[in-house]
Amino acid sequence: MITDLLENVRVAWDGLTANKMRSTLTMLGVIIGVGAVISLLSIGEGAQMAITEQVTSIGSNLLFVTPGAYKRGPVQEQGGSANTLTWADAEAIATPGNVPDAVIVSPEFTQNTQVVFGNANINTKVTGVTPKYVNISKLQVARGRFIEEKDVNGRSNVAVLGYQAARDLFGGFDPVGQKIKVTLPGGNGGRVSLTVVGVMAEYGDSQLVKLDDIVLVPVTTAQTKIFDGRNGQGELIVTMVTVMAASEARIGAAQSQLNALLLRRHNIGPGEEADFSVMSLTDMLSMLSQLTSILTVFLSAIAAISLLVGGIGIMNIMLVSVTERTREIGTRKAVGARKVDVLIQFLLEAMVLSLLGGAIGILLGVGIAKLVDLAGVMNAVISPSSVLLATGFSLAVGLFFGIYPANRASSLNPIEALRYE
Amino acid sequence: MIEIENVTKVYQMGQVKVHALRGISLKIEQGEWVAIMGPSGSGKSTLMHLIGCLDTPTSGTYRLNGVEVSGMNENQLAVIRNLQIGFVFQTFNLLPRASALKQVILPMQYSRNGHRVADLAERQRRAREALEMVGLGDRLDHQPTELSGGQQQRVAIARALINAPPIIMTDEPTGNLDSKSGAEVMDILTRLHREKGITLVMVTHDEEIGALAERIVRVRDGQIMQEVRP
Repeated sequence: MITDLLENVRVAWDGLTANKMRSTLTMLGVIIGVGAVISLLSIGEGAQMAITEQVTSIGSNLLFVTPGAYKRGPVQEQGGSANTLTWADAEAIATPGNVPDAVIVSPEFTQNTQVVFGNANINTKVTGVTPKYVNISKLQVARGRFIEEKDVNGRSNVAVLGYQAARDLFGGFDPVGQKIKVTLPGGNGGRVSLTVVGVMAEYGDSQLVKLDDIVLVPVTTAQTKIFDGRNGQGELIVTMVTVMAASEARIGAAQSQLNALLLRRHNIGPGEEADFSVMSLTDMLSMLSQLTSILTVFLSAIAAISLLVGGIGIMNIMLVSVTERTREIGTRKAVGARKVDVLIQFLLEAMVLSLLGGAIGILLGVGIAKLVDLAGVMNAVISPSSVLLATGFSLAVGLFFGIYPANRASSLNPIEALRYE
Repeated sequence: MIEIENVTKVYQMGQVKVHALRGISLKIEQGEWVAIMGPSGSGKSTLMHLIGCLDTPTSGTYRLNGVEVSGMNENQLAVIRNLQIGFVFQTFNLLPRASALKQVILPMQYSRNGHRVADLAERQRRAREALEMVGLGDRLDHQPTELSGGQQQRVAIARALINAPPIIMTDEPTGNLDSKSGAEVMDILTRLHREKGITLVMVTHDEEIGALAERIVRVRDGQIMQEVRP
């Protein structure tokens, strides 16, 4: 039995190698399909892992209060256009007793603008913060000092540069003590001059968190001197308040305390839609994984379609092959091949095509994933399950699309097959 | 050996029924050499297909070695063809792109149940022996495209012999050959008949070839017209 099978595989192999160009083209469909499955799944898996890693590295006991309600659908960026979160809200959150489970409260006001030193010029996030920011963000001061209470109270023209921002603006020189200029939004060319008082240590940027090219200023300076940090009622606003809960276990409690406080302050009754949102990292994670799973389904659908197309290619070529080899089939039957022998032979040919295509596709997919990984574009994690999935898929494609041509071959009448010209 | 009684064969060709055989009875003894002759359309090919178990009759009986084969299914017929009958066709019908050795091994690959030679080396040994017998011991690895017509037909004869069948059926075996290689092929067949006592059933319209047989059966319009011993 085994020798017969091997013999059949050899016969199938002989048939395929006799028509190398055609076999390769036929396999191409499966190669691309399987290659796509493997590389896309690997990249998807890598992205998922990277996101999880990054999010948890930020700290799992943090809550983010942002203006505007979280709406279902795509991720809403922090501090959208809404200006419903005020400085008074942040102060209320920080007031002892209001949110018992909040340990640190760090309000911020962020906007993008142009920062200039000499000829160097970067467009980056200018974030107004309080001294609490350094306790919550895991950033550390490398040189000089951080923003202090007196800077906030006095609306001082000082700045602390992120690691990358310092490099971009100053190259290798020590920026501490130098003056940088921040372009005022509005397009009238106005600029504010700030003295650099400190530089942060490298954080290690990732797709999710970019803290190294940040420029930090006192929150009051950001609200009043650089940007327009007031809403229609003339109240000072913030774009986000980061709250650290006493522990990971108290996250839920802190979240409901924050919600209750802000609902009360904003006069929002039950059933009405809130004009702010309080999100934990777990919420963000689940949102992101929802996004990546949609992406995975989408990619799988594309891969499945390309495998289907590959399978149809195999079927097409097998049908051509059956017609071309009608006489051969007749000869085989004349010397004693039974229906099942011919069926197995042609089925095996289809399977060899699809499995070989699958194997090459796996190599291709792994290669692409490794390349993407090494190039540092994205993380790619090759999971054995995706390799197994791809192998199973290509086997199924071979079986499914091979059975019809094989059956047609085995059903040929030997007399007519022998006569076929 | 071969006992055919009152066999008919009717084909449905579209709307028309074609009566290819209209009641043929024929007996061929073991070790006999019979030529079936007749003009094209006479039914001689249909008769050969029936005797060769490539087809079954519409009515009538066919006993091969005392076994009734007219009611057998496709798989049972395949087993009979594999073990009892060797075919030599006018167009050789070798596999494209396979060595002479592989061509000859082919019928062994389809043998089952007690007739199979599992050992690959043994298969090769037997195939080599058969090829040597037809004078192609030095052409084992040649593909059909590298062989002359006469050599290809000799490979086909070796293939027909490999499972040691009692009957060899040939259909115009020299039809595609020049007279020299045709004569060589006929020599081999004659030798097999004489030395091994193989029953030869030969379909031809070549009177010269027919004359070599021990008995000529002339077929016309699906019936036997005449049986002569030259």
